[in-house]
Amino acid sequence: MSYGSGPGMFRALFIVFAMLFVAACSNDGQDRLNGTLTRAEPGSAQHFVVTVGDRVFFQTDSTSLTDASKVTLDKQAEWLNKYPNYSILIEGHADERGTREYNLALGARRATSTRNYLVSRGVSASRLRTISFGKERPVAVCDDISCWSQNRRAVTVLEGQNSG
Amino acid sequence: MEAGNISRVRRVCIWRHIFMVPFVITFALAGLVFQPQPAHAVLEINITEGVVEPLPIALSQFVDGSSGLGDTARNINDVISANLIRSGLFAPIDPAAFIERIENIDLAPQFDDWRKINAQALVTGRVTLQNDGRLRTEFRLWDIIANEQMTGQQFVTNTDNWRRVAHVISDAIYERLTGEKGYFDTQIVFVEESGPKDARVKRLALMDQDGANMRYLTNGSDLVLTPRFSPSNQEITYMSYGDGFQPRVYLLNILTGERGIVGDFPGMTFSPRFSPDGQRIIMSLQTGGNTNIYTMDLRSRRTTRLTNTAAIDTGPSFSPDGERVTFESDRGGVQQIYVMSADGTNQQRISFGQGRYGTPVWSPRGDLIAFTKVVQGRFLIGVMRPDGSGERILTEGFHNEGPTWSPNGRVLMFFREIPGADGGPQIWSVDLTGRNERRVGTPTFASDPSWSPLTN
Repeated sequence: MSYGSGPGMFRALFIVFAMLFVAACSNDGQDRLNGTLTRAEPGSAQHFVVTVGDRVFFQTDSTSLTDASKVTLDKQAEWLNKYPNYSILIEGHADERGTREYNLALGARRATSTRNYLVSRGVSASRLRTISFGKERPVAVCDDISCWSQNRRAVTVLEGQNSG
Repeated sequence: MEAGNISRVRRVCIWRHIFMVPFVITFALAGLVFQPQPAHAVLEINITEGVVEPLPIALSQFVDGSSGLGDTARNINDVISANLIRSGLFAPIDPAAFIERIENIDLAPQFDDWRKINAQALVTGRVTLQNDGRLRTEFRLWDIIANEQMTGQQFVTNTDNWRRVAHVISDAIYERLTGEKGYFDTQIVFVEESGPKDARVKRLALMDQDGANMRYLTNGSDLVLTPRFSPSNQEITYMSYGDGFQPRVYLLNILTGERGIVGDFPGMTFSPRFSPDGQRIIMSLQTGGNTNIYTMDLRSRRTTRLTNTAAIDTGPSFSPDGERVTFESDRGGVQQIYVMSADGTNQQRISFGQGRYGTPVWSPRGDLIAFTKVVQGRFLIGVMRPDGSGERILTEGFHNEGPTWSPNGRVLMFFREIPGADGGPQIWSVDLTGRNERRVGTPTFASDPSWSPLTN
């Protein structure tokens, strides 16, 4: 899957995470979700999302990785090193409480700090590229702090497997 | 006069794709039937001081000089009236109060009749269908205090073009009464938004400054942001995600629809604007975590780096003389506004108030820089002098962002977000007094407005 599939991919991802968030609120959903998750094929993109977690979150106007983020990225690096054929896109995002141009640059910084951390954990730089979406692609759309914190994120997207 | 007309026609031809007609303008009505009196009481609005009371003006119904042009005459009146009202400087008088009914615009009006209803200025006009099928529109602006004609002009164009005629007449009235150029015969390029907030479709769109004649420039297949007009009105520079591999700055020719990327840079390019001479584009280039400011010469394709920091330097905007550039940077820790020479030297911070400052835009008059200010979770639009003094806030609220100047430097448009999951941005305007704030009608959500230069 290339990025060229564009908005459809975002929507699909969003649906997956909307399910995760909904699931977190209800035991029923959690069980159902876990039922699905256990069948995720090891080494698949779904497996990565479910067992590792594909995103880390940032404080307001910050690009520093929190301790929790580093734990997630350590697991990401381990997984990515285990399945070395994936090429990887790191998406940097900002919340809506900033100006458009600054947020584009801020998203780029978040993607870069995430990328650099993965490289420091042994993921080959040649597999990684970054893109910033600024505030253009929120996943949570309410208008309070809980939403904005979900939107300040860097998402590790598995783009495709190289045959080599 | 002759040369002026020719150049005016030539420039107007640039817009033929939109208007599809040649647009010929002639000034000075012949055969005036009155003697101008010595100019003693000059009727003028001083807009520098901030207007307290809008000027009462009577717009008499334009005369249908042929038969069957009644609708056109009424439409022209309506557009002029709406323009003057929105400027905040004029108060058109209710036609029901008129005593004299103007039937022949070649005769001087009954000044007393207009004085009685407190009109200080009177506009009369006539539309006629010429033998060649084109529409001739004549108008006269009368000074009711001094009993004299202030200006008279006529315009010949295709009948479909009545709206543009109304804007040109509005500009003439504004210019004659304020002493400053008008801004009604202008357009706005902006980002039209549709779809849910988490999967927004964004398209470049163009409309007249009053919201009429909207049309799309892109089809929504690629994410587009921050369009800006070229000084010639012919081109737009903007940021697009294109094929999705690398967001970049693009150039779009409105006439031909031709578009291409501006330079092949090793990272994301964004936040573009034209230089005042239209020869260069100034923009941000992101490499790794850093963002710096570059210019690219559109002819030689040569690029010049203006800033070199490990910070976010973006939002560059030239001064109208091209000598300086204002931009925002977080090199000091948070977003602030800076000014530098156009070669990148003498970089100096000018904003020192509480909060963050971004999206600086230099006024076409050169006297002010408009900005977005973020303080205590509120988003404000304000202006300050290029040395950072005289900061004034014009509007504030949950989220106001991205000011753009009218070509005469008197009015700003910006976008204002309605909060919430179903919320989105709308375009608003505010004048420099901060008192005249109005929504610019768009059918859907709209953001990132950029005001064109004057068309004529």
